[in-house]
Amino acid sequence: MQDLLSLFVKSIFVDNMIFAYFLGMCSFLAVSKNVKTAAGLGVAVIFVIGVTLPIDYLLNRYLLTDGCLTWISPSLANVDLSFLSFIIFIAVIASITQLVEMVVEKYSPSLYSSLGIFLPLIAVNCAILGASLFMQEKGFATLGQATVYGLGSGFGWFLAIVSIAAIREKLAYSNVPKPLRGLGITFIIAGLMGIAFMSFMGVKL
Amino acid sequence: MDKKIFTTPILKANPITVLVLGICSSLAVTVKLEPAIVMALSVTIVTGFSSFLISLIRKSIPNRIRIIVQLVVVAMFVIVIEQFLKAYAYDVSKQLSVYVGLIITNCIIMGRIEAFGLSEKPLPSLVDGLANGLGYGLILVVLAFIRELIGSGTLFGIQIIPLSWYVKEGGHYLNNGLFIMPPMALILIGCLIWIQRSFQKDLNDK
Repeated sequence: MQDLLSLFVKSIFVDNMIFAYFLGMCSFLAVSKNVKTAAGLGVAVIFVIGVTLPIDYLLNRYLLTDGCLTWISPSLANVDLSFLSFIIFIAVIASITQLVEMVVEKYSPSLYSSLGIFLPLIAVNCAILGASLFMQEKGFATLGQATVYGLGSGFGWFLAIVSIAAIREKLAYSNVPKPLRGLGITFIIAGLMGIAFMSFMGVKL
Repeated sequence: MDKKIFTTPILKANPITVLVLGICSSLAVTVKLEPAIVMALSVTIVTGFSSFLISLIRKSIPNRIRIIVQLVVVAMFVIVIEQFLKAYAYDVSKQLSVYVGLIITNCIIMGRIEAFGLSEKPLPSLVDGLANGLGYGLILVVLAFIRELIGSGTLFGIQIIPLSWYVKEGGHYLNNGLFIMPPMALILIGCLIWIQRSFQKDLNDK
């Protein structure tokens, strides 16, 4: 239990998807103009990542790892399907995203219209595929660990996008040099936030 | 064929600094020049050919499932690239780690397929894809050049700053470790955007 908790905190702060690995930058920069939309997208990402990772973990464990097909028949011990992992992971992500899109459209039309194109684009949000691939690389031992890692990374992403959206809302009132306005200053702020997040790197959990 | 299809994406409508596509995986690979160039080439190839292939079959893709079709096509090319790198450039592929796989979700590829490949003929799509890949590569190389030179004092792994300058050798020079850190890449891109927009005034926000 304790190590699950520390994994959760670690994946939020130390291994933050945005500030430590740069994943999911596109929608992070494009949908962070106001806090409400940013929070909506953040929740959608937490959901997709939290559902995808356990599924990907099971697929990886029972289908993709080298020689893991022995549970079907011992004669398959030499089969290595790991090169298929990209296609399988992305197919899972795309179908979960489609599901979320339909749910959001039905229950919250206003959020649906404000997220616009970025809802289907969760499918190509690198944070989600990235989390699946990191999960594969880190080789988690249990399903619980993979799920907690997924939820933690999603929550870290949520935290990052909401905080930058809050800063950008305030920034609208400040006097930024003209060529730097908009995109440029957002990059620099994201960089400064990244430096702040680096202070978590020394934390041992 | 219009020459603009090739020239615009490289500078005027650069995918990174103007369209803000493909930031995700690109920043982490610019610590050193070598992986940056490999990454840029891989992305160029995948963007060009997946745009070409999608454009070939664009009339037979049902609109509803087009994202999945596109992802499968892109994933196919990425798997080919990944296996190729593992076979012929193992060290670089280890350095790039998951970022090769993340080419699939590189927004440049999806963005170009959606904006260009789905509606244009195959050959212009190929050129558009390649040009966007090169525009992306240009930024990657500039970033990697600055970061490797200031951060580690080397280029392509070859020592550029004379060793005798370093404090260890009795000199007065220290590498700026911040440039190897991820956040510095974001700040550098911010500065690149700043420079580009001071010359191209039409891009400025109101």
